[in-house]
Amino acid sequence: MDLRTTDVLVIGGGLAGERCAIENALAGLDVTLLSLVPPRRSHSCAAQGGMQAALGNCLKAEGDDPTLHFLDTVRGSDWGADQEVARIFAEEAPVAVRELAHWGVPWTRVRPGKNTYFIKGQRVDLEDREENAGLIMHRDFGGTAKWRACYASAGTGHALLYAVDGEIVRLGIRVIDRIEAVSLVHDAGRCWGAVTRCLRTGQLGAWLAKATVIATGGYGRIYGRYTTNATINEGTGASIALETGEVPLGNMEAVQFHPTGLVPSGILITEGCRGDGGYLLNDEGERFMVRAEPEKQELASRDVVSRHMMNEIREGRGVDSPAGAHLWLDMRHVGEHHLRTKLREIWEICRDFNGIDPARELIPVRPIQHYSMGGIRVNKEGQAYGLAGLFAVGEAACWDMHGFNRLGGNSLAETVVAGRFIGRHVAEFAGKASLAADTAVAESFLADAQRRIEGWLARTDGPSIYAIRDSIAETLNHKVGVFRNGDELEQACKEIEAQLARVDGAALRSRAPGMNPELCFALRIEGMARLAWITALGALERTESRGAHSRLDHPERDDSRWLNRTLARWSHETGAPSLSWEPVGLLDLPPGDRGYGKSKHLEMQTPIEAYNHAVEAAWRSEGALPTQEPLGARMQWGAWQDFEHHASPEHGSE
Amino acid sequence: MARNNGNSDAGRTLRFEIFRFNPHEPDVEPRMQTFELEETPFMTLFVALNQIREEHDPSLQFDFACRSAVCGSCGMLVNGRPTLACKTLTSELSETIRLQPLPVFKLIGDLSVDTGTWFRGMVEKVRGWIHERAPFDPAAPEDRMDDELSQAIYEGERCIECGCCIAGCGVANVREDFVGAAGLNRVARFMADPRDGRDTAEWFEVVSNDQGVFGCLGLMGCQDVCPKELPLLEQYAYLRRKSLGQLRAPAREAGEDVA
Repeated sequence: MDLRTTDVLVIGGGLAGERCAIENALAGLDVTLLSLVPPRRSHSCAAQGGMQAALGNCLKAEGDDPTLHFLDTVRGSDWGADQEVARIFAEEAPVAVRELAHWGVPWTRVRPGKNTYFIKGQRVDLEDREENAGLIMHRDFGGTAKWRACYASAGTGHALLYAVDGEIVRLGIRVIDRIEAVSLVHDAGRCWGAVTRCLRTGQLGAWLAKATVIATGGYGRIYGRYTTNATINEGTGASIALETGEVPLGNMEAVQFHPTGLVPSGILITEGCRGDGGYLLNDEGERFMVRAEPEKQELASRDVVSRHMMNEIREGRGVDSPAGAHLWLDMRHVGEHHLRTKLREIWEICRDFNGIDPARELIPVRPIQHYSMGGIRVNKEGQAYGLAGLFAVGEAACWDMHGFNRLGGNSLAETVVAGRFIGRHVAEFAGKASLAADTAVAESFLADAQRRIEGWLARTDGPSIYAIRDSIAETLNHKVGVFRNGDELEQACKEIEAQLARVDGAALRSRAPGMNPELCFALRIEGMARLAWITALGALERTESRGAHSRLDHPERDDSRWLNRTLARWSHETGAPSLSWEPVGLLDLPPGDRGYGKSKHLEMQTPIEAYNHAVEAAWRSEGALPTQEPLGARMQWGAWQDFEHHASPEHGSE
Repeated sequence: MARNNGNSDAGRTLRFEIFRFNPHEPDVEPRMQTFELEETPFMTLFVALNQIREEHDPSLQFDFACRSAVCGSCGMLVNGRPTLACKTLTSELSETIRLQPLPVFKLIGDLSVDTGTWFRGMVEKVRGWIHERAPFDPAAPEDRMDDELSQAIYEGERCIECGCCIAGCGVANVREDFVGAAGLNRVARFMADPRDGRDTAEWFEVVSNDQGVFGCLGLMGCQDVCPKELPLLEQYAYLRRKSLGQLRAPAREAGEDVA
């Protein structure tokens, strides 16, 4: 049996996992990083437009401050975020972005003197100050009070990942690529590593570790081809955590739909396009966002823009195409030079996948699944609920700074900020822990994995796993999308439950020795079906609209009943998910209007002091483990009041 | 831009000839296998290969991740030429499409090759990271950089390590230790970066040898096939100039001593 040991096992080689691994290696621990693909091919590389950090370097960023970033993030989340985590994040993002500069990221820099921009449909000349020359530049993104997104053309994620992976190589960190964690090794409330399957040979093995970190990214591929996500974003980390029965997943119904997925491929077209002045047009060539959101226009938050786009399509103002109705993104006025430098990757995608030149032609776009706000529920130090020694970081985690809507540019920032911050806490934990794992426990999980594989190889007759995947994807795309309603969600739950039941009878057609791509996917499909079910069930139960979760039958945000986070555990007894709810966290900024996206909300009935007083006990009862720092230690109570005048002008006017 | 929008050739039947070999079935000889598919609008090789695997042969191995030409997973030979499969529209190819794995890299199976191990080795060899001049100071503002310079660095930074330039290189195909265009581009990128503290002698150590810049025979297949259209010829010329300058420097000094 291939059984190996390490201090810290990091599962996932994207930015969050790698940044976390670096922190642990610097602490002198033996780190092993497992990745489905060579780390530089992780989906972090596909992040395009930017990383939010309140440096305040250019003219349109003047006066920016981490408190403003905190405010934008909480408002963007529709008050679903943990405000202490949003505060930690906003405070540490400037350090993280500068550290990346130190590691060689070629950030776009401030050019002093006259620069031409497109702001709300107007061509504007702005004079950037000489004293800011050469500092890291910002571009505008949706839902922010200032220009804050730091960027490298439209290849920001790529540049970050290569810089961070360079540090991994420099430090000599052990990286094993083409390997998958197929289950967690755990015993009596303690996680001891993972059972793995080699994607070169198909061989099973196990890594035992003092601390295990899941950094496997999102689960967008449960939406099948209706996603911007890479093929590897199948939620494998969330699935193996759920399988333990001990660890809850948080807010899985909080699914982000990006306004501008390219039609028909679903490839991401960055929000930086709208940030740099791009317009959305309907079939009549009308800039409908000016009518729908006069103040923020194309740069309201993603949930709001996606809803307005779907409304245009629903009201018959979409553009017909064989791949379904879409809208247009117009970048023509921004000009070829800008497109071929500041948005180079977008120019290439348009050319390569649609044969169009965005300097002269319109880009067909439509909202599409993009980001998983939900994930493995962890405390502010990254420790998973319910299983000591298990941590999660990045998109795989529900840390939870995004609540029900993530702002553009906040995910790249989260990967490196959380990687550093949670990485330190992992190192502290692993530094004090001893590897007291019983190898018999690992052997029993290994034997389980072996039995699962043998089960798949033994069945000869049954439905195809790809048909099951497609069926679930159709259900999610049509019934758990931008707009939701109770009847459809109820049907969705039934349909997914039925598909999950078919997994046990499904059969493989390939018995190829080695990694066997069909077997590889078969080992994931049950977990994906469970994630889909939990997503639909969470959406059904949540009878309100908050952020990206928009219920046509419950259009109001209901802070009297739903100012909480959904937690979902898997019950092996019933073969079904069980849901519970916990407070979102300590409230500093009281729930109010976001300043965009005209929707009403029902006021919370509990006084904020009482709500806050109940948080700690409620979290403990849900399995939250103690933190090294006390709850609330990072809050800067009331600091936002000094910045209130920076809120969007129409704030509170609805 | 007279590129095909992917629609005009819909209705064709495509014939895929695909290299097959599974190292875990050593008794089965490497072979070409043929599959037929109806072409659909905007069909890419990503779409086609997944359809073949799911509908015709579930054992077929290939690699995709982002399917948007940024992750570098899907380099393969398409009609003999190294390129990214995900961004190859079938409408730009004739009815018969021959697919083979990239040479140079170790074969994992069928169209899947081990580029990860090769590139980690390359990065270790050229020490492809910033050699910092001083430790990071979290309390300090960032060092300034001219935006023109930053954009010039980004130009080389765009390499996605897909391996097409390596597969298309006459030298890399016969010499295991040659770092190839991807390696030389990586060196040029760091050499141009003032944040990197390596001095000329250290750079000389890395590239001024047969594994590096003097291994290149100047065939420039790399630039022809690079899916990201990197200026590999320029990067190569830049390194060669720097290396030759370094070679000449001691001689000139010696000459001056004599004078």
